[in-house]
Amino acid sequence: MSRRGRMASRILDVAALQIAKAGWRRGIVVAGQFFRSFGIALGAAGAMVPGLAMAGTGQPSPGEIGFQGSVTPIMDSIRAFHDGMLVWVAIGISLLVLALILVIIVRFNARSNPTPRRFTHNTLLEIVWTALPVIILIIIAIPSFAVLTDQLTIPDGSRKYLGSNIFSFGSVDVPAPGLTIKATGNQWFWNYTYVDPGDNKAFDSNILSEQERLGQNPVQPRLLAVDHMLVVPVNTTVRVEVTSAPDGVIHAFAVPSFGIIMDAVPGRLNETWFNVRKEGVYYGECRELCGKDHGFMPIAVRVVSADVFNTWVGALKSGGVDAANKTLPPLTTADVTDTPAGA
Amino acid sequence: MADTHALEAHEAPAHSANEHHGHITGWRRYLYSTNHKDIGTMYLVFALIAGVIGTLLSGMMRLELQEPGIQIFHGLAQMLYNDPANSLDQAKHLFNVFTTAHALIMIFFMVMPAMIGGFANWFVPLMIGAPDMAFPRMNNISFWLLPAAFALLLLSMFFPGEADNLYGAGTGWTIYPPLSTTGHAGGPAMDFAILSIHLAGASSILGAINFITTIFNMRAPGMTLHKMPLFPWSILVTAFLLLLSLPVLAGGITMLLTDRNFGTKFFSPDGGGDPVLFQHLFWFFGHPEVYILILPGFGMVSHIVSTFSKKPIFGYMAMVYAMVAIGGVGFIVWAHHMYTTGLSLNVQRYFVAATMVIAVPTGVKIFSWIATMWGGSISFRPPMLWAIGFIFLFTVGGVTGVVLANAGVDRAFHDTYYVVAHFHYVLSLGAVFAIFAGWYYWYPKMFGILYSERLATLHFWITFVGVNVIFFPQHFLGLSGMPRRIPDYPDAFAFWNRISSYGYYITFLGLLVFLYLLWDSARKRIPAPANPWGEGATTLEWTLSSPPPFHQYETLPRIDAGMDAH
Repeated sequence: MSRRGRMASRILDVAALQIAKAGWRRGIVVAGQFFRSFGIALGAAGAMVPGLAMAGTGQPSPGEIGFQGSVTPIMDSIRAFHDGMLVWVAIGISLLVLALILVIIVRFNARSNPTPRRFTHNTLLEIVWTALPVIILIIIAIPSFAVLTDQLTIPDGSRKYLGSNIFSFGSVDVPAPGLTIKATGNQWFWNYTYVDPGDNKAFDSNILSEQERLGQNPVQPRLLAVDHMLVVPVNTTVRVEVTSAPDGVIHAFAVPSFGIIMDAVPGRLNETWFNVRKEGVYYGECRELCGKDHGFMPIAVRVVSADVFNTWVGALKSGGVDAANKTLPPLTTADVTDTPAGA
Repeated sequence: MADTHALEAHEAPAHSANEHHGHITGWRRYLYSTNHKDIGTMYLVFALIAGVIGTLLSGMMRLELQEPGIQIFHGLAQMLYNDPANSLDQAKHLFNVFTTAHALIMIFFMVMPAMIGGFANWFVPLMIGAPDMAFPRMNNISFWLLPAAFALLLLSMFFPGEADNLYGAGTGWTIYPPLSTTGHAGGPAMDFAILSIHLAGASSILGAINFITTIFNMRAPGMTLHKMPLFPWSILVTAFLLLLSLPVLAGGITMLLTDRNFGTKFFSPDGGGDPVLFQHLFWFFGHPEVYILILPGFGMVSHIVSTFSKKPIFGYMAMVYAMVAIGGVGFIVWAHHMYTTGLSLNVQRYFVAATMVIAVPTGVKIFSWIATMWGGSISFRPPMLWAIGFIFLFTVGGVTGVVLANAGVDRAFHDTYYVVAHFHYVLSLGAVFAIFAGWYYWYPKMFGILYSERLATLHFWITFVGVNVIFFPQHFLGLSGMPRRIPDYPDAFAFWNRISSYGYYITFLGLLVFLYLLWDSARKRIPAPANPWGEGATTLEWTLSSPPPFHQYETLPRIDAGMDAH
């Protein structure tokens, strides 16, 4: 961040602090709980549609109508912001316009109302429908900026993150990065370099052919299964440097359950991070059109305990990825199916 | 708008001009045309043909996506290229070619020609009381550049693109390098596509100059800008957006061409260039472009709502300056298409704030349309149905736009089907509904015959149901993480994809009803009165015969000072 950027960021932080000191904090937190209840209501309403709404974690579920389950503080905040607030604003405004149109259809059709009125102005109304959206947008902007800042700020160990309470000014502790990896997009596979720890050992991650996929037990989901997964430890902050082959095209590294997406641009090194709280396998797909096999370069992240990871990365350094993967416990059916979070 | 009685005296002489003016006939009348109405009709016919082609392309994609796996395009590739060893790769690439062609055709060869070339060419001169456009011969070249551009785009599908045996440009309409440079080094398909955009852009720039000059200089005596009807206003704003944004695109794609062919390195990092630079140039054009697609619709919908409510437009001045504001702010929000490219925190904060601002003037317009209808005596004839459909569906697309404006949440939506759903709600359901509203509103005026209102109503309801079944489930697909621009998807996405494809078939049935309606109308040739819509239709075009004389307003109409646009 530039010096001016840091200053602007500092000013925003100080402003937020002042607002908090002024006693708004309590009010905003209460408002946050209010919006959060909406998110829970949405989940409950979705669950009432049988077989459709079960949100998968780590991969989509058949007929799903919402986000995939969250396993990171970042996705928690995205879900809270969208499911608890934005979607209700969107539904509310759409229904308001629909209701007004229906009233007009009933009351002001040529049969019910043969003589049209001639008014063309109503200053009060015009002020209201200009000012009210401004107020709504400001209310949206408060958590929006907070959610955004969390995403783009690599944890230093002391900064607190929002988690699922987007009006909390930060309540979740996130440790400083304990692992740095580099994800390089290629046509059409990913290459993962374990920068630290891992002594820059790297391996390719290719989609499994149908024959290989169906030959495995348990069987992983179609188009998401890869030969070598990205292996990371649970409850550890992972810094991901994302780039693309120097002579390649743009790709995007995205894992929906983590709430991350970052473009892989040739000649640029972009940075993002995640911290997963639950062991398992989490899938994603390339999300920037990169040529004919754009739909066929999935991302699979295996989250394991710290002990298992340390053994794995040790084996990676000494013997390569195939030797390392032999140290991992076998995949279970629960790992590769869309088990809901917490189940 | 301006009252009609001022004009009655002028109608008769204008009419007779039709007879003693020995204008050319046959194919020369069109190829050499300098008449804004003939050129407008050619634009509309062109847009109709391009629209049918674009619809068929999307139909192939919906067929493919109806079930998991690659079936339709695999068969299509085998049929087209007869190269069994490579046909699966060719199928995957062909799908990308179809997405690219569908987008470019619908934007540059359907919506823009219909709204700007078609309706604006026809009705800007009529509504402002001008005899023709300011530069009639430039108007001719504006149109005739388009078939050439369209031919280049269609040709590009038959030349090698991504590789020697992968035909066509499969980069998406965004043509991001390096995919469009080193990623499409197999042959000239990409160059054809780029030249096609160049020509279409040149056509639009010439058109924009023509509209700006016409609107500023050729309004009838007494018609000040603040008395000008809203449709010419919407075209004035649109023309400025075109004039200011298209040259940036032209620059960007010219750099792309030189990168491809002459060894420059604007967008390649190995020579010090930057691929993201192209995205900035592209979206500096691309964002105003989406307002270019929708603003003329705003203008048309205002007139239609007012006409069928038998009420003057509510808040005329707010409507005008909301459009000006949307056009202005539209130039400073472009990087909200680029939240994932690695922009810094403060840049993203700025673009979030600026983007959300657009919701305010847009809200003013939505509420003003509702207020125009409020208290009216509304007849729900076909143009009005399409206009009301527009207002609601555009609102739905607008609120998902507010959702996407938030970079923090866009992190979950970027390049997913949620975005596809959003922009089809504002364009496929917004702009296209506005085009049909305008078509049914002005059809009797343009062609002098009536159409079956029953068929038009049927067309509306089938299309309304169909497009919602296509696009609403795509929100769900995006929420659960389905990427855009993929020919095959993980099996969990199958259910909503199948529903979405069913929606396409319903919509296609609507298109068939529309084509039948045109045939039915042409066959019956029921003459249309000068004003088929009654007292609510107050703009100048309704004072002329249907169809209007070949040259109108040989004596200029006079707008009285006392007549108020409000």
